[in-house]
Amino acid sequence: MFMKRVNKLRAWPAYIIFLVMTACFLICPALCLSEYDYVDINSPFLRKIPIAIPLFKTTAKSRAEKRLSEKASDLLSETLEFTGYFKMLDRDAFLVDPEKSDITALSINFQNWTSIGAELLITGSLQVKDDILDMKLMLYDTFKSSKSRLLVGKRYRGWINDQRKMIHRFCNDVIFCLTGKKGIFDSKIAFISTGSGNKEIYICEFDGYNPTQKTHNKNITLSPAWSYDGKWIAYTAYKKGRPDLYIEHLKEKRGFVVEKKGINVTPAWVPGKFALAATLSFSGDPEIYMLTGTGKIIKKLTNKRGIDVSPSWSPDGKKMAFVSNRSGTPQIYIKDIDSGNVKRLTFQGRYNTSPSWSPNGDKIAYCGAENGAFNIYVIGIDGNDPLQLTFNEGDNESPSWSPDGSLIAFSSNREGHHRIYVMSAYGTDQRSLLALPGEQTNPRWSPGTVSN
Amino acid sequence: MRKKLWISLVLLLVIPGLLCIASCAKKVLKVEPAEVVSAEDEAAIKAAAEAAERAKQEELAKQRAIEEQRLKEEQRLKGEQAMRKKIAARNMFINENIHFDFDKYNLLPLARKILKRKADWLWNNSDVSVIIEGHCDERGANEYNLALGDRRAESARAYLINLGIAGSRLTTVSYGEERPVDPGHNETAWAKNRRAHFTIE
Repeated sequence: MFMKRVNKLRAWPAYIIFLVMTACFLICPALCLSEYDYVDINSPFLRKIPIAIPLFKTTAKSRAEKRLSEKASDLLSETLEFTGYFKMLDRDAFLVDPEKSDITALSINFQNWTSIGAELLITGSLQVKDDILDMKLMLYDTFKSSKSRLLVGKRYRGWINDQRKMIHRFCNDVIFCLTGKKGIFDSKIAFISTGSGNKEIYICEFDGYNPTQKTHNKNITLSPAWSYDGKWIAYTAYKKGRPDLYIEHLKEKRGFVVEKKGINVTPAWVPGKFALAATLSFSGDPEIYMLTGTGKIIKKLTNKRGIDVSPSWSPDGKKMAFVSNRSGTPQIYIKDIDSGNVKRLTFQGRYNTSPSWSPNGDKIAYCGAENGAFNIYVIGIDGNDPLQLTFNEGDNESPSWSPDGSLIAFSSNREGHHRIYVMSAYGTDQRSLLALPGEQTNPRWSPGTVSN
Repeated sequence: MRKKLWISLVLLLVIPGLLCIASCAKKVLKVEPAEVVSAEDEAAIKAAAEAAERAKQEELAKQRAIEEQRLKEEQRLKGEQAMRKKIAARNMFINENIHFDFDKYNLLPLARKILKRKADWLWNNSDVSVIIEGHCDERGANEYNLALGDRRAESARAYLINLGIAGSRLTTVSYGEERPVDPGHNETAWAKNRRAHFTIE
């Protein structure tokens, strides 16, 4: 009878197959909403919360299931660690054998966890039947009273191959519970890689997993930009020997081209709109224009002789940061779209470019040069206190915020070749995102959800 | 018998006489035929003379041809030289880049001098259209460098237009920092890479 059901499931379209039963089988996730003072992502002095994630319990004793359990618990661990919020406790130090204890609060002796310093505990169990994976995952606050201990309790069912997605769903729930913000685990990162011999756009998951070549232009491809809904990507490519702007739907084979005389570069989608800003120089001078998603000019956004380039929108779409050399050197300016007022943001140093407006709206990350070294800085939108995030480690360029504003991706040649790195919004936890042949530059973090 | 003797005697006298005559006659014959053949073979003599004349003419023509060939060769060499000169001028036009300071797109004095030469060449080759490429060194944001390369190419274009070259013959394309001529990571390489490069369409 079960087989019959499975067959039926298989007949369903792919997007329904991923069954996620977010059953409130023990607790209502609404409880969590009040809990997000665990992690204040706006604190520069974030204390990492010690968390224990024992291997998930399996009911059958098959080796395949054991391996799956190991894989799942490791992935959960790595995924949460990526955020920089947690200190993963070593499984060897655990006092409890998860195989021998139950995963529900009733049977957990929380003292076993508090005594090794775990403030949070995630337990899980999984079961596989006919390629259908059934997973229960629970997040506990080990120090709370038995009534309010369980912070998140979920059950997921789906194809074994969708295990990664299930873990990401749970991590999103965990992060939402602890920070009050949506997790980044469905997001992706677009970047440029020379692995094929030419600069092409690649896309990987937030943690560098599964990098895939997106363009095959075989010339020069630059500056990928995600639309706010993650459905479109715009970029510059020399398909016809000149820098033209391409606007392409990520799933469907359709798109638009802006191929005016001169340069057609540095696209930036307007939040919430099928429109983008880009620099065009057909007038004889590079100016930033507002374009429809189909590439038609709506209006001119800058009007100053010299270079105006690299727009980045405030999350409300009311302001635009950009680079201009109107003062003689490249500096970052902010334009208020309604009033038309332009104000200079950066004054420190003689070379400040590549602004990236934070998703929270209060900060702008950029690349600044001092004494010939390029580093990532973050500055408040009032222009006060630029904070240097990278130091003495090669050139560091092209910052791009994670959709929750907690992390910054950037490129660096600190280990010789240019690679993509990730760090916290305060410059801590700097690490390489992925290892690929060739050089990787120009990372652009997608919005929270992206069409696959 | 006596008659036989006489005959013999006569014969004896006649034969040598005949022989003598014969030998004399031979001498005469030597002259006689010349007079006789000259009339017959006059045509042959004429032909011989004509042949000699023809040979002379031929020789003359040959000499003329050689001279012509020499002149042609000279002409060809001259043409080749001119062509070589033309090609050299063309190559110089293509190969001679103009250079810029870091993060700048104003034309330096040497760049102006080179552009004047390029304008002369463009004047003399009015059927040629040109693409001006703007390039940057690897330092700084590649997005900003796309705009900087655009400005550099435009600076060169504007200068040539000022010198009287039709703008319709001059298009620009910026490569930013994407196509360095020197892959090095030092000031020598950077200086070479900050350039406007000319190609013929």
